[in-house]
Amino acid sequence: MHALVIDDSRTMRRIVSSVLARVGFTCVEAEHGEEALAKLEDMTAAGTLPAIATIDWNMPVMNGLTFVTRVRADTRWRDVTLMMVTTESEHGQIVRALAAGAHEYVLKPFTAEDMISKLSMLGLVETSAEVMA
Amino acid sequence: MTVHAPESLTAKPTGMTEASTSWVRDMVRREASIVLDGKDYLIDSRLCELARRLGLSSAEEVARNAIRGDRSVMAGIVDALTTNETSWFRDGGPFEALRTTILPELIRARQSERSLRIWSAACSSGQEAYSVAMMCKKIVPPGWEIDILGTDLSRDILDRAKAGRYSQLEVNRGLPAPLLVQWMRRAGTEWEVIPELRQMVRWDWMNLAHPFPALGRFDIVLLRNVLIYFDTRTKTGVLDRTRAHLRSDGYLLLGGAETTVGLGDVWRREVVGTTPAWRINDAPGAHSGPIETGPSSRPAMTGPPRSASPVRSPSRPAHPPAPLGGR
Repeated sequence: MHALVIDDSRTMRRIVSSVLARVGFTCVEAEHGEEALAKLEDMTAAGTLPAIATIDWNMPVMNGLTFVTRVRADTRWRDVTLMMVTTESEHGQIVRALAAGAHEYVLKPFTAEDMISKLSMLGLVETSAEVMA
Repeated sequence: MTVHAPESLTAKPTGMTEASTSWVRDMVRREASIVLDGKDYLIDSRLCELARRLGLSSAEEVARNAIRGDRSVMAGIVDALTTNETSWFRDGGPFEALRTTILPELIRARQSERSLRIWSAACSSGQEAYSVAMMCKKIVPPGWEIDILGTDLSRDILDRAKAGRYSQLEVNRGLPAPLLVQWMRRAGTEWEVIPELRQMVRWDWMNLAHPFPALGRFDIVLLRNVLIYFDTRTKTGVLDRTRAHLRSDGYLLLGGAETTVGLGDVWRREVVGTTPAWRINDAPGAHSGPIETGPSSRPAMTGPPRSASPVRSPSRPAHPPAPLGGR
């Protein structure tokens, strides 16, 4: 399965990618929403549509919320699971992201186990038990 | 992007003496019936944290104070070794079983009473009981009486459960975001369960290793990740007493590594979805335990004062992994 990891921090992209790789994802990374949209087009054309995109909120050029809104406006991408991974922890912000079409929300900081359990809840990981062992 | 570094969740062991470690192990076994064999690392690292909180220099010094007879330090040690992190909808499978099978079945069976009683035994900081409350809100018809009881042996942890306040790290752990925003609100840097849900759960102090107070009978008992810390005799006692507080068509849910096998023939294992559940075996000849009703010889739901008894709850010793994205 493929994943698109969107964050302006290289360190954060590396952390998220390594967690996703642990449970079998092949990751493509993007620094902001606009680059992510371009990569999403490329992946669609290549037949490697990601099962999930993890999305930071605050990024230059195009932020995560705008990215979510843009992806949800395109029916080609309706099967892509969208998961915010961000420090934006206000109640209203989470409600906004979910309303815009994000499925899940992971607050930074998080543990690998927390993220894998979220993936498992979303049905993207078979059983979380064995990978967390 | 600004990320705050999380505080260290586990302290590095500093090397307690074998004598002190063994004393702590025996004391915790005696006071809380919890077996800590082969868990020296856990003992050392938890006592290091306690040392920091108490302003003592090392785990060894904490142990020595307890050995000299300081009851409050003893209580602190038992608390430190039995109080642990837990998660929302822990392990998934049991909650899936509740949602798809157990609750719908009991809702049909209780049509005339329109009430359900659920007990989260060794509830720790309350996530299990609140998870059950969230699930009931979603699938039990309106107008039903839902009584959820959470019990634990740690008064500190019960206070936390009652307050319903959780750190950001804790709300990440298994709680789906739509439920987070539905049932919790930000309170400073933490999250707080909203009153509507808090009102569904009662909390009480209880020692599973002792005779139970008058609890009445429950439709569902969640006794998860507790038995593993008890020796066989205590396990059998806990299960016998639990059986007396479970309705004949009720369900007992244990932790993933736990079983009633070898602990009497009163239980029947039944797989619900992917999860084993235990039902009362009503086969002829099956042992039927006495019901503990009426006032018990011990005051119901009231433990001895904190300083007098260091007995604390068995929860789930585990080293939480270090958070990512936090530095």
